[in-house]
Amino acid sequence: MKPLWKEAGLTQKEYDLLLQHLGREPNPTETALYGVMWSEHCGYKNTRPLFKNFPTTGPRILQGPGENAGIVDIDDDQVITFKVESHNHPSAIAPFQGAATGVGGIIRDILAMGAKPIGVLNSLHFATPKGKGHTKWLISEVIRGIGDYGNCIGIPTIGGEVRFAETYRGNPLVNAMCVGLMNKSEIQTASAEGPGNSLMIVGNLTGRDGIGGASFASKELDETNQEDRGAVQVGDPFMEKLLIDACLEVFAKDFVVGVQDMGAAGIISSTSETASKAGNGVEIDVSLVPTREAGMSPAEIMISESQERMLLIVKQGREDEVNAIFHKWDLHAVVIGNVTNDGFLRVKEGDVTVAEIPAASLTDAPIICRVGKVPDYLSKTQSFDESSVSLPDDMNATLQKLVSSPNIASRRWVYRQYDHMVQTNTVVRPGGNTGVLRIKGTQKAVTFSTDANGRYCYLNPKEGSKIVIAEAARNHIASGALPIAVTDGLNFGNPEKPEIFYQLEQSILGISEACRVLDTPIISGNASLYNETPDQGAIYPTPVIGMAGLIKNVEHITTKPFKRAGDVVFQVGDFSNEIGASEYLEVIHGKISGDVPKIELALEKRTQDFVLNAIQKSIINSATDIGDGGLAIALTECLYETKFGASIEIPESSYRLDALLFGEAQSRFLLSVAPDNMKTFQSYAEQSNIPISKLGIVNSSGNLRVRYQGESVIEQDVTTLESMNEATFPEMMR
Amino acid sequence: MKFGVLNFPGSNCAEDCFHVLDKVVNQPTRYFWHQETNTTDLDAIVVPGGFSYGDYLRPGAIARFAPAMDALKEFVEKGKLVIGICNGFQILTEAGLLPGSLIKNKSVKFLCQDQTIRVENAKTPFTQKFHKHELLMTPIAHNEGNYYIDDEGLAELEAHHQIIFRYASQDGTVDDSTNPNGSVSNIAGICNKSFNVLGMMPHPERNAESLLGNAQGIKVFESMILSFTNSGN
Repeated sequence: MKPLWKEAGLTQKEYDLLLQHLGREPNPTETALYGVMWSEHCGYKNTRPLFKNFPTTGPRILQGPGENAGIVDIDDDQVITFKVESHNHPSAIAPFQGAATGVGGIIRDILAMGAKPIGVLNSLHFATPKGKGHTKWLISEVIRGIGDYGNCIGIPTIGGEVRFAETYRGNPLVNAMCVGLMNKSEIQTASAEGPGNSLMIVGNLTGRDGIGGASFASKELDETNQEDRGAVQVGDPFMEKLLIDACLEVFAKDFVVGVQDMGAAGIISSTSETASKAGNGVEIDVSLVPTREAGMSPAEIMISESQERMLLIVKQGREDEVNAIFHKWDLHAVVIGNVTNDGFLRVKEGDVTVAEIPAASLTDAPIICRVGKVPDYLSKTQSFDESSVSLPDDMNATLQKLVSSPNIASRRWVYRQYDHMVQTNTVVRPGGNTGVLRIKGTQKAVTFSTDANGRYCYLNPKEGSKIVIAEAARNHIASGALPIAVTDGLNFGNPEKPEIFYQLEQSILGISEACRVLDTPIISGNASLYNETPDQGAIYPTPVIGMAGLIKNVEHITTKPFKRAGDVVFQVGDFSNEIGASEYLEVIHGKISGDVPKIELALEKRTQDFVLNAIQKSIINSATDIGDGGLAIALTECLYETKFGASIEIPESSYRLDALLFGEAQSRFLLSVAPDNMKTFQSYAEQSNIPISKLGIVNSSGNLRVRYQGESVIEQDVTTLESMNEATFPEMMR
Repeated sequence: MKFGVLNFPGSNCAEDCFHVLDKVVNQPTRYFWHQETNTTDLDAIVVPGGFSYGDYLRPGAIARFAPAMDALKEFVEKGKLVIGICNGFQILTEAGLLPGSLIKNKSVKFLCQDQTIRVENAKTPFTQKFHKHELLMTPIAHNEGNYYIDDEGLAELEAHHQIIFRYASQDGTVDDSTNPNGSVSNIAGICNKSFNVLGMMPHPERNAESLLGNAQGIKVFESMILSFTNSGN
């Protein structure tokens, strides 16, 4: 029989350390508590040493990583708080509940900061569905789960992404991000201050659901996981809506000194984290915890991941007033223990002490320092010869195939299932460059996005990760916003494998460098490792980047569609001869290979500053970045939902035509400018030393015409392209 | 004109309606809590959208038993104005203040999008700022917006001009292809026979400010204010 500590997921080395902390053998309850708290999911033992690379400070950053979510100053004494989190493994086996509770969990992180949640986003990665099989069910259930939770709770789903690659067939990715808004004076911290103060559990009852969820998230998925379904929590968005309303009402009074949501590892995690942050101890009596079922053991109560619960640290003597407010919302608020000054986490069941552990030891999981190894596949993909790829005969057919390919097709089928307008702040809805929310009572707006590109990061973990950051920032710039901060969701395979650790390490280095240059510090994040299945191995390394931007004046909000016939179309940035790692290479030539496009971060930053300044000068009528599918796809996206056409002439060059049309050369934007402003724009570009090319004119023909070297290379009716672009999802999901 | 915004647990559009009344049309406004029964200070009540009681059982089924609903019925009997939006419409049908019922969308999916609706009757306290057959682009966001009424009931609605809004295309055509949820006769909003209660699935509070797309929805609230002013108040 395995020893208990092994059962709990601890290694021999970790067990020895545990013995040192306790100075004695742990009892079974204590072993279980260490097991979950020292899991990768709670303890970040593989990733913490790498996180020190991240830039986490800046003039606007009031709170970096370490709290429930980071905080960014948006002026006028207002702040936003946001974080992304993964719920991959639960969603793989119970997609509706897994996705729903992923949304619910991240919303509570934001609530725990004291903020009102004002938006949610997601980043979803699947394989393309084949027929009526499992994947289609999975996608449809994940989307229904996200919608069901967000719609009921009344927080708009303002953005997100759905991306497809075969690598996610057995291990889909479901990441959710939430954004909150508050005044500076309303910030709460996750700290158990003041010995004698009460620990109150508020919200839902504690049950056996989600037992061991944190440990389950910290191992690879295999056939036996279907038996882990009990480790998936069950969500109740109505309860969470009440929890939000009640908590915000309580926070407005001066009753609460600390708040922590109960997510992974439930009571044990929230109490030990708040205690160790304050340098205090806590004493909890599990017999006081309101439970859903009788006969739960102390360990089960402590590690249950039942949803819609929060821990409040309430000033001594204020408990009844807190309870009265929760009662008004038909919720309970129950004292389960108090803050002590001895540094111990003491768990009692009535008068009997069942666990007594130094609180700080639980939250300080031993770090594992690993060494990476360059994966073998990289030498093959990096030496891919792009010149071996033949030019398609018909660029019209190529464009049609691309506009209807799953990664480029319209996501309307998805986002119309999400309420993206509730709270009446959504100025730019899903489908735009970013989700844009106005801030009532001010001239400001904030922008949010999630971005990932697994294929890029697979083909070049470091440079690909830089591009993900740069691309995310470009989306904000094109919306008229200054990018201000980042949250990262690191989705990787098993870090115990040196090749996977290499991907993780290189990706973090790339993200760090790009965030430093682009001045977007990382304020929060989450790591989901062990995303592997026995059949397919590890997923693509998939860092998901959630980004926020600030628009000081709503008049600067800029959108993708062309606005007027006669406007002049410009590309900002240079073409290149690159087709490696592109959507085009995969969709048209069936090749996932080559290196990612070259990115120079200093040029990227200068280009972004130039475009934002031009927008703020009110000389830009529409803007988008040039990304997946290159210039041709960017052009189609500026024409959708308009009655316009465009007549485009690609400047003479030595590059291959497919690279000019569909290549993903970096640091580029596609803008339209009124003829009256053209001179101003051009001279401003010259002053700023930014390359721009005048490509053509917006017209009212309803056709996209692209010419190169005097010949027509694309001539397409926009309505046809748009209906192909819209048809993919409904057909795929029928 | 003083507005009350009826607030049930889970009424997640209550704040949005409050914002429009208070900040956009600048009327005195307060929340009317579901446990309250005193409406004497109010001239009109908005029953907002959302998921009252989590839509448990079915939308509106639990809300109708709240103490505030008895007060609301008396309020209606006095001839005062009540508008139910989305979940508010569902609650008003459940409570018997409006005929018919709202069932699951034909697509069986939640549907959130801009939707053109056509004003069918511009002579009500809720629509007098519109002209007949005026088109407005008003967001919908619902799972159960499929209005059902039997043939007899439909004939009665038609006979009394109680159909106020219909789903339409951008050029004003009303047919099956412009029906987003399967509603009988493309019905998007109806009044009671006394025309002091309106229920509508689209959200006029979501298009009351041009920054959010268009401000056509504001005319619903302005019509109510005009009608109050014209009634000698």
